[in-house]
Amino acid sequence: MTVTAARPEAARRNGGRRLVDRVARVRELGIVVALGLLYGVTGAVNPSFLTYASLRDILLNSAIVAMLAVGQTLVVITRNVDLSVSSVVGLSAFGGALTLADHPGVPVAVVIAGCVLLGALCGAVNGLLVGAAKVPALVATLGTLYAFRGIDYAWAGGRQVNAADMPEGFLSLGTRSVLGVPLLALIALVVLAAVGWMLRNLRSGRELYAIGSNPEAAVLAGIRVRRRIVAAFVANGALAGLAGVMWAARFGTVDATVATGKELDVVAAVVVGGVAIFGGSGTVYGAALGALLLASITSALAVLRVDALAQTAINGALLIAAIVLDRVLALRVAAALRRRRFHDVAGPAPGEPHDVTVPAPGRPDDGR
Amino acid sequence: MDETPVLSLSQVSKAFGAVRAVREVSLELFPGEVHALAGENGAGKSTIVKILSGVHRPDSGRILLDGEPVEFGGPADAQRAGVAVIYQEPTLFPDLSVMENIFMGRQPRGRLGIDRRAMRASAAELFARLGVHLDPDQPARGLSIADQQLVEIAKALSRQARVLIMDEPTAALSGTEVARLFGVARALRSQGCALLFISHRLEEIFELCRRVTTLRDGAYVAGDLIADLTPDDLVRRMVGRELDALFPKQETASGEVALKVRRLTREGVFTDVSFEVRRGEIVALAGLVGAGRSEVARAVFGIDRRDAGSVEVDGERLRPASPTAAMAAGLALVPEDRRQQGLVMDLSIERNIGLAGLAAVRRGPLISRLAERERAKDWAVRLRLKFGRLTDPVNVLSGGNQQKVVLAKWLARKPSVLIVDEPTRGIDVATKAEVHRLLSELAGSGVAVLMISSELPEVLGMADRVLVMHEGRLVAEIARADATEESVMAAATGRSVG
Repeated sequence: MTVTAARPEAARRNGGRRLVDRVARVRELGIVVALGLLYGVTGAVNPSFLTYASLRDILLNSAIVAMLAVGQTLVVITRNVDLSVSSVVGLSAFGGALTLADHPGVPVAVVIAGCVLLGALCGAVNGLLVGAAKVPALVATLGTLYAFRGIDYAWAGGRQVNAADMPEGFLSLGTRSVLGVPLLALIALVVLAAVGWMLRNLRSGRELYAIGSNPEAAVLAGIRVRRRIVAAFVANGALAGLAGVMWAARFGTVDATVATGKELDVVAAVVVGGVAIFGGSGTVYGAALGALLLASITSALAVLRVDALAQTAINGALLIAAIVLDRVLALRVAAALRRRRFHDVAGPAPGEPHDVTVPAPGRPDDGR
Repeated sequence: MDETPVLSLSQVSKAFGAVRAVREVSLELFPGEVHALAGENGAGKSTIVKILSGVHRPDSGRILLDGEPVEFGGPADAQRAGVAVIYQEPTLFPDLSVMENIFMGRQPRGRLGIDRRAMRASAAELFARLGVHLDPDQPARGLSIADQQLVEIAKALSRQARVLIMDEPTAALSGTEVARLFGVARALRSQGCALLFISHRLEEIFELCRRVTTLRDGAYVAGDLIADLTPDDLVRRMVGRELDALFPKQETASGEVALKVRRLTREGVFTDVSFEVRRGEIVALAGLVGAGRSEVARAVFGIDRRDAGSVEVDGERLRPASPTAAMAAGLALVPEDRRQQGLVMDLSIERNIGLAGLAAVRRGPLISRLAERERAKDWAVRLRLKFGRLTDPVNVLSGGNQQKVVLAKWLARKPSVLIVDEPTRGIDVATKAEVHRLLSELAGSGVAVLMISSELPEVLGMADRVLVMHEGRLVAEIARADATEESVMAAATGRSVG
């Protein structure tokens, strides 16, 4: 084997390139650019868009969808989807609000934990349907979308919980700010950072990507595919449960119809955020940025005094524009990678200095 | 070496529905020894691999690990027992980096989760040991098949397996890459690893292996020491009859130019490629894996956009980037990767054969199932396809028979120019000879054939002319009379041709 001959070139290449690669591979760049454009243009036309109050509103509006998008990303990465999240949010919001209204003695923290648990339970139902019973996720979660909402309706029986029925300490969760940042947005940020870290730094996180990228190979690689898929759905359900109780805190008035139709906003945020709908790639940061972009577009249209009736259509058009922009950037990068690979084949110039990222020879290669 | 085998099969049988894939097969793998598994396509080799790797459970018979019966509940169990497999088709995660592919599930961990620096270093070290240049951070998507294979090998190396199973690892590799793989295999052998090696290239079996177990139609035929056998003996055991290993192309008078490629360029992939193929001619496109041969074929067929140059079929200039136009002009392309690009694996044999010629089986606006079936039946017989029913999905067929389905699909369109990319990759001796006979007959009937092949005997046996590519350029055109292994390899590796 030509061990020594291979080293210097490989090392030089790795070192010189990694930075370029890292930047080029940041798929979220497209959304950041889109966000920049949106804020620049809208702010230029109407500076009130960039005021503290306006920005705070946008953050508040996007926090819950961002949290849901983070959860949804976990599922989408495994080449699945969870359409039932809106119903889980509804169930959790109503359950939480009702408990607080009927049993004022129960601590808020217990109610929140209960809602998260309720969400996780719903997620487990989805996960078992998809992972164990092998029902396609689209069908299974469409079913539970109706089923969970039905349970919600039956439970509520037309009842509505109003802000006045809930303790002030709970409602303030939805309105309070810490150092000028809405608490809700901070919670979403913490969730985002935690899930983002797990997806990147835990083996189980990487395995979710592997499953979505090539399910057959994941089985061959010895990954417990079924268990991981169930776990992704449970985690997403738990986050939906958390989002539900936050919803109740933010809006105060809760009935059985809460969050109806939100699942599409969530999936849109995920897709806009560069998460591949067929699994295997994308990050929660992208998904959260996607949620932020969607909320920003809605606010911008209002500030720009766009006819309310036309807003939905324009919203859709801008969404598509954002995706196209992202695609174009991705293709550019792919083309650049292609050209570079070809130049590699042609061979590097000799005699250049090389850095030493490759370890000294003779170390065992057990990879642990 | 009279020790206990590390891993062995005892009287193992496995059936899929009505098909009995393997029947009462026994096999013993000893440490420090390379064992060959020989047999034609459909003989049950891949099923044996999947039983050893824990993917399938045998219906009867036992698996023994160090002489003790074990049950593999899944691939994870087999991996824990020290069994690593390099599958025939690479099983990578296209979205993940090369290093993550190697260490999936076993990523080195630091205090803060996965230690990417250590993982990168380990991957780089593996590649250095293999003597290859691969960037550990590069995504697996877009790697050539040879590079994907290298990642698989690195994966197996990193597992420090006690048993390494290689299911046709050399099918897509060039000569130097095969030599490198053998170097790794011998190193592992001397470290006491037991290897199971599957290849359709007999010379490789004789070069590398000590024992050989032969299967035919799912049944155990013989277990021999390689030293006691001649290649002819082995072929007889595999096919149960005598045959010529290669089918040389018959001489045909070549006609007018059917395919004319002028100064074709795709930026960063290949540059300034010009050639012609005449009717009745088989022109081979040789070169190392990664030289840009398949890419030229894809651009000619219009799958990839070309940046410059033109393609003419029978004097008509083709619209760029339009496979539809290419097909209408009489061009057919049998791709390299039949599972991904050549077939719809879940669709039936007859549907797959019908796919490229739906117009021919149309009755008004609808597709006639009857006509589709008749056509499929006709081609299945002509190509001597081995199958249960025409309505079976193609994924139950063996590799060679799948390739016949791809060929049938295109031949049914009666093309004037046929491009075949590695037509006999991963195909057994008997089917290989049949494919060669078929290509020869096609050329005889006036079809212009462009054949991309990494197998030199195939190139030398079949081609009227050999075009050689090196790093994206056409570097040599060698007439049949002058084509030798040396002249082709010299051009392919970029040395000047005398």
